[in-house]
Amino acid sequence: MDETKSNLHTITGAMRGRLLIDSLVKYVMTFGGISVIVAISLIFFYLASVSYPLFKPVEVSDWTSYKMPGGISANTVHISSEEQREIGARFTDNGVVHFFNMHNGKPFGEINIKIPDGVAVTSFGAGDPSDYTAIYGLSDGRAVVVKQTYTVTFDAANKRVIQPAIEYPLGETPLVLDKTGSAIQKIAIQGKGDATTMVALTKDGRLLLKGLTSTKNLLTDENQVESVSSTLTGVSGDIQDIIIEVKQRELYIGHGGQFVTHFDISDKSQPRLVQKQKVVADGEKLTALNILSGGFSLIVGTDKGNLGQWFLVRDANNNYTLTHIRDFKPMKGKVTTLVPEYFRKGFVVADNQGSVGLYYATSQKLLWQDLVGKGEIKAAEITPRANGLAIQSADGKLYVANVHNEFPEVSFSSLWQKVWYESYDKPEFIWQSAASTNDFEPKFSLSPLTLGTLKAAFYAMLLATPLALLSAIYGGYFMSPKMRGWAKPSIEIMEALPTVILGFLAGLWLAPLVENNLAGILLSFVLVPAIIMLAALFWHYLPENLTNRVRPGWEAALLMPVVIFGIWMAYDLGHPIEAYLFGGDMPHWLTTEMGIRYEQRNSLVVGIAMGFAVTPTIFSIAEDAIFSVPKHLTTGSLALGATPWQTLKNVVLLTASPGIFSGVMIGMGRAVGETMIVLMATGNTAVMDLSIFTGFRTLAANVGVEMPEAAVGTTHFRLLFVCALVLFAFTFIVNTLAELIRERLRTKYKSI
Amino acid sequence: MKEWIKSGTPWIWSTAGGLAVALVMVFGVLWMTAARGLPYFWPSQVVETAFIEKDGSKIRLIGEIREREEVAVRRLVESGFTIPGNEKFTTRYLLKSGNRDVAGFDFKWYPAPLLSKFTYPDNVLTVERREWGNFYGHLKSVKENGVVVANGDFALPELQKRVERARKLFDEIFRIEKQEIGDVNFELEKLRLKERKLQLAGKLDEAANQSIQNQRLETNGRFAEIQSRLDKLRAEIGRDTLSAEVMDGKVVDVPLSKVSEVYRANSLNIGDKIGFYFRKLYAFGTEDPREANTEGGIFPAIFGTVMLVIMMSILVMPLGVIAAVYMREYAGHGMFIRVIRIAVNNLAGVPSIVYGVFGLGFFVYSLGGTIDQLFFSEALPAPTFGSPGILWSSLTLAILTLPVVIVSTEEGLARVPRSLREGSLALGATKAETLWRTVLPMASPAMMTGLILAIARAAGETAPLMLVGVVKLAPSLPLDGHFPYFHLERQFMHLGFHIYDVGFQSPNIEAARPLVYATAFLLVLVIVVLNLAAVSLRNKLRENYRVLEGI
Repeated sequence: MDETKSNLHTITGAMRGRLLIDSLVKYVMTFGGISVIVAISLIFFYLASVSYPLFKPVEVSDWTSYKMPGGISANTVHISSEEQREIGARFTDNGVVHFFNMHNGKPFGEINIKIPDGVAVTSFGAGDPSDYTAIYGLSDGRAVVVKQTYTVTFDAANKRVIQPAIEYPLGETPLVLDKTGSAIQKIAIQGKGDATTMVALTKDGRLLLKGLTSTKNLLTDENQVESVSSTLTGVSGDIQDIIIEVKQRELYIGHGGQFVTHFDISDKSQPRLVQKQKVVADGEKLTALNILSGGFSLIVGTDKGNLGQWFLVRDANNNYTLTHIRDFKPMKGKVTTLVPEYFRKGFVVADNQGSVGLYYATSQKLLWQDLVGKGEIKAAEITPRANGLAIQSADGKLYVANVHNEFPEVSFSSLWQKVWYESYDKPEFIWQSAASTNDFEPKFSLSPLTLGTLKAAFYAMLLATPLALLSAIYGGYFMSPKMRGWAKPSIEIMEALPTVILGFLAGLWLAPLVENNLAGILLSFVLVPAIIMLAALFWHYLPENLTNRVRPGWEAALLMPVVIFGIWMAYDLGHPIEAYLFGGDMPHWLTTEMGIRYEQRNSLVVGIAMGFAVTPTIFSIAEDAIFSVPKHLTTGSLALGATPWQTLKNVVLLTASPGIFSGVMIGMGRAVGETMIVLMATGNTAVMDLSIFTGFRTLAANVGVEMPEAAVGTTHFRLLFVCALVLFAFTFIVNTLAELIRERLRTKYKSI
Repeated sequence: MKEWIKSGTPWIWSTAGGLAVALVMVFGVLWMTAARGLPYFWPSQVVETAFIEKDGSKIRLIGEIREREEVAVRRLVESGFTIPGNEKFTTRYLLKSGNRDVAGFDFKWYPAPLLSKFTYPDNVLTVERREWGNFYGHLKSVKENGVVVANGDFALPELQKRVERARKLFDEIFRIEKQEIGDVNFELEKLRLKERKLQLAGKLDEAANQSIQNQRLETNGRFAEIQSRLDKLRAEIGRDTLSAEVMDGKVVDVPLSKVSEVYRANSLNIGDKIGFYFRKLYAFGTEDPREANTEGGIFPAIFGTVMLVIMMSILVMPLGVIAAVYMREYAGHGMFIRVIRIAVNNLAGVPSIVYGVFGLGFFVYSLGGTIDQLFFSEALPAPTFGSPGILWSSLTLAILTLPVVIVSTEEGLARVPRSLREGSLALGATKAETLWRTVLPMASPAMMTGLILAIARAAGETAPLMLVGVVKLAPSLPLDGHFPYFHLERQFMHLGFHIYDVGFQSPNIEAARPLVYATAFLLVLVIVVLNLAAVSLRNKLRENYRVLEGI
């Protein structure tokens, strides 16, 4: 090395330039080569980096605490906050609303609810969190409905300014709920659009229901309010919680320490008691009850810290019963506070020992848990975008933190196991990502997609493996060089055919054809091999001077017309067979007589089309392995007196088997990741069955269909990246394995 | 027989059978696309027959027979037909009766037992329209502004003359709409962006604002002038109508402004038909699609595919060749090169949709989003490069086809005889010079093979493009007369996606079917030709090396 270096000093002018270029080229080439590796790792790491946040634990950080805005002389009945997580609102039991800056607790003004003189606040109830409606029950049997409003304006410097206020949507004059004037001890409200429903418990133990509907008179432009009231009966014991579902059709009363009674209140004048259900285990007491966003699920908390989810499930007779769905990891102490998220199925739970937990219903997950403040938790709030937490502790302080909890829907159980979704009658595997409404419960089960992928690959391989391996054996060992000259390029063209063409033919031509000639198509799988064997036998009995004219190695060409004849015959026999055996319509017969569902775009069609696509992949690798078996091995075997078939069986296949195996693996990798054929030749419904006559939805097709519509950064978007990552990882492992096997085989061939 | 089985011959035949089935399948698919794609341009005979309705009444049918199949009688009975006899299967025909605007449907299956004899009357007129699909009927008269100017035997020559006139007017209107109005819109958009850019930079002062407003006023004035010219032309083209008797006996007026072609299919002679065929073929390749892509040509899709493939080739060739040269000439034989080789083979096996996901996430959202923030902030929130487009598509495909180029180039390099390399080095050439002057030129046919295979792969690849830039209908081509001529951020149309979209997302699938077959045939043809070229090039190359090795 040193010598070369010293020589360089003596080299001048043009020579130096040449050497410079030489080393430059070397670096460029090295850089280029390495960038290929970088590209591959980039794909992997990029996919992984987008998927990773899904599995990151929830982070609750930047805790700050400040004195309760408005002091602690009065008790907090409710904490609320506005969407930008800037302003919080605290409702107290003396009828005051304190607005405050959520970041530092600075007061933003306080508003005294307008209450007539001489009347006191006796109860409070809040509606759906996203609706900001609340109600104060008064000591004279009346109630005031209030609503928080936040007006966003931009000032001169283009800075956002949010102005909170309190409105009285039903007027400032309190509404009369109880005409006898008994004080209202507990109250609940739900108001959306033009309809408002209230339920109140009076001091003398009556449970009153009132529904208000306001309609706009089109002529006079005045609001007319229609009011319906009734009394609810049949609830025994101490009434603890009153919950009106957001659509104002169901009412749940938590009472007696262990029961929830469900009323159907779609008709406000005639509430109907549907069911009284014990919702806690023996020896436990119901201490908290709330309803999740969307108005389906009740969450029940007990004095032992247990948490359960319940919702209405429809049975075969169309009757709804309140059913226990799942339990969550218990809290340590008595559950005191249970607050739902504004738009998702999450909730915050707090207990009397000061610990707070963040839960998510669909994924059955405890996302985060910690001690906050000192002693019992008095009130809690999770901000509308679920990015902040505000906790009032017994120590008189409000604790506020940032929450990073964007993907609570994802857990092992929600991705891979049966999940009991709201308004379903049993746990199921479902992939349904499209959100029709804000409070839609997304269903992200990867199981049907994975099963669909494997199902597609299985049926494709069922056709492709025998076909490709037989062809490869013939092509690599028996075929004459001349036939090889056109047969191999034909197979290469088969490999190069765009899958969109195959998918299109499968979906628009093959699928109707198969439906119309099912018996014939199925028959051809038997008939074609049989006819081939018959033809071979026939050939055997032909006079030798005739057969000798065809050289060995051309059998496949001879058989092509036979195959065409076989297919034609099966096609021709199909309809008579269907007429004779299956009442003239085999798919219909399958459905009615055998109970097998038949879809036009089914696994059989995909199996044929994708089998077609995969066959050449397997063929070329397996054929290569067979063809490169060293000639001296085979000639040796033949010289020792073995027949060609024995040589093939005992020498060639044995030597080439690793190559054949890797061919099958690579073929499977291709079948798993194929998109267009599956997209076009199946109905793309994510179902969990293995029948050959139904369709499926694969990971790849799912990505192809949903990716363009998925909003960037959402759980859905990232889950699609997970799908892609799964596909990548699967093919990566399969291909690497196959590649290693092939490499070893190549060295082996070299050594013998 | 026993001996025959023992000898293993049946097994050999069964392996031969496997290959025979595979070959039959390949040729079957090729034949299928050709047999269904090519007749699309041939003028079809128009059938006239009668059909017994479900209520027993007889109606006249006029149209083209599109398909014929054997179907279970049970299914027909289920859909309300009464089929005489007790056969289990019967034939049915798919009739394209056109006149969608009159009848509400244009394709319908009719069971053969309920149809009368087929006749092919000479004077049935086929009218190809730009809207509502074909029209079939017996020509009654030609009208100008509602007044009959020719009828009977004089109607057809008069009609053809007037159709010619209407077509010329249409072409003029089309040109103005597409070019002149396109120019004006482009200028207005440019002005808006300029204004916004100045505003963002805080430099929009009185003078600049005034000049922009003046230009805008001037452009709007031009627009109004074009619009008035267009209005006049539109009034002109709406002058004539033809009236014809359709199959249920009604006489219907068809405005010539919508007509692109009229002919009597049953009286065309073979020469006419051949001329017609090639005219249609030409139009198919050069015209824009109409009627939600179910009619007209596929020019934008061809153009988009070609441009995509060219851009991809420019990106993939240097990368692929450099990587192959590195692997063959510079890297040693250690663990590292083994890993690279496995990685390259892996890259070839990764499902194409995964590349699409990567392209969308990395190129479009990450890279494109950043470019937008840095250079195109005036257009935000509308994305420029931060949305799928042809640049990102060709980059994605370049990565996808990289292994194809690497593998073929490497094969070519490996076959260059050692003696040549050593000779060059011995004469004093540096390694780079040997590479550039001797090795690469000799391996260039191999690179060419790689390129052709890459192009064939890219031309047919659809799944990743659905994510990174393809659209069903692109308003403008990625290459046009507006500065900077190449619009790399634009979305484009693609043959493969066109097949998927028209075949599966189209509202009128029966109408679209022949066009999809024709498109599919074109794509298959391109790919077969490319592959055969690659194969023959490779064979020639191997032959050459064999000769060289003998030296």
